[in-house]
Amino acid sequence: MSAAPSLAALAASTTSTGEAVQFWILGTVAVIGALSTILMRRAVHSALCLAGTMIILAVFYLANGAYFLGIVQVVVYTGAIMMLFLFVVMLVGVTAADSLKESIKGQRWLAALCALGFGALLIAGISRASLGASNGLAAANAGGNVEGLAALIFTKYVFAFEITGALLITAAVGAMVLTHRERTEKAATQRELAERRVREGKHLPPLPAPGVYARHNAVDIAGLLPDGTPSELTVSQTLRARGQVRDVSTEALNDLKALEQRSEERLGRRPAPARTARGGAEHEEENDR
Amino acid sequence: MNPVNYLYLAALLFTIGATGVLIRRNAIVVFMCVELMLNACNLAFVAFSRMHGNLDGQIIAFFTMVVAAAEVVVGLAIIVSLFRSRHSASVDDASLMKL
Repeated sequence: MSAAPSLAALAASTTSTGEAVQFWILGTVAVIGALSTILMRRAVHSALCLAGTMIILAVFYLANGAYFLGIVQVVVYTGAIMMLFLFVVMLVGVTAADSLKESIKGQRWLAALCALGFGALLIAGISRASLGASNGLAAANAGGNVEGLAALIFTKYVFAFEITGALLITAAVGAMVLTHRERTEKAATQRELAERRVREGKHLPPLPAPGVYARHNAVDIAGLLPDGTPSELTVSQTLRARGQVRDVSTEALNDLKALEQRSEERLGRRPAPARTARGGAEHEEENDR
Repeated sequence: MNPVNYLYLAALLFTIGATGVLIRRNAIVVFMCVELMLNACNLAFVAFSRMHGNLDGQIIAFFTMVVAAAEVVVGLAIIVSLFRSRHSASVDDASLMKL
């Protein structure tokens, strides 16, 4: 290690103690982040852990003298790709946790075994390889990292560069084609919808609103029917499909039960026998009498 | 510290990503694991670039990033259209070519 701590010297053949400390600390965090990416049940948590791992990789690129790639890693991966992932996670449904049911018996253990063998193979291969002395990027980065990369991209790799441009345009068009839905028929007007409802004769009035009046009016709470059972019809189809309908019917019964018990205690009556919701109604009638 | 340690870290991250692809059921998480594998490869390229003292490894890592960006755009579009047709992002549900 040369005495002058310049940027070029940081990327020299043997690493400084500072870089070793950085490697061991951030490397541990990166491995933990990667492990939690595959172990977290919810996709949002996985995405955030992966974003953290990618930022640490950006730091490693910078430490390895790849200054341009380090910045591109932060901008493209954590900035664009991970945010795109988060968008899709939100679109698909945040609360939809991964099912832990195994569809193939013993597949998880087999996968872990394969991964262990594969990792051992890779690490043994690296440790047996004669990699030679590390040269360091001091000479290659002498004229600046970005300038050096640009000189290579626009001379030696110019065709690959042009082809990646074509690939990016194709990908953008492909994404648009895949997610675009062509409307093949005219959208039904309000009048046509009303006529269809009359013809089908199922639901002439508008659908009942969600919520339980005077208690809850959130859209994910099914309205209660007169007998206290929740009506699925009152909740939006999307929430029903995601299984996000909250049920408060038992809550109301429990509240009523607690209220009864309290009033009985206050009135100093006999300890209340186990009552049902109907019992509550009778009790009110007793009080009226 | 020897710069070869970066290669070991890359191998470890690649293995973790491959395990995730094998054990997870959610298509989005599987896709994230593929991204993790690509990132591990990039780290190996950058470390090799430093060992060999030229910038070719960094150029390849740069191209990998471009291809990964294109891949993410198309892959997420496929996942979204799968979710639209099946109301699920699980790879187990996508067992038929047609709905």
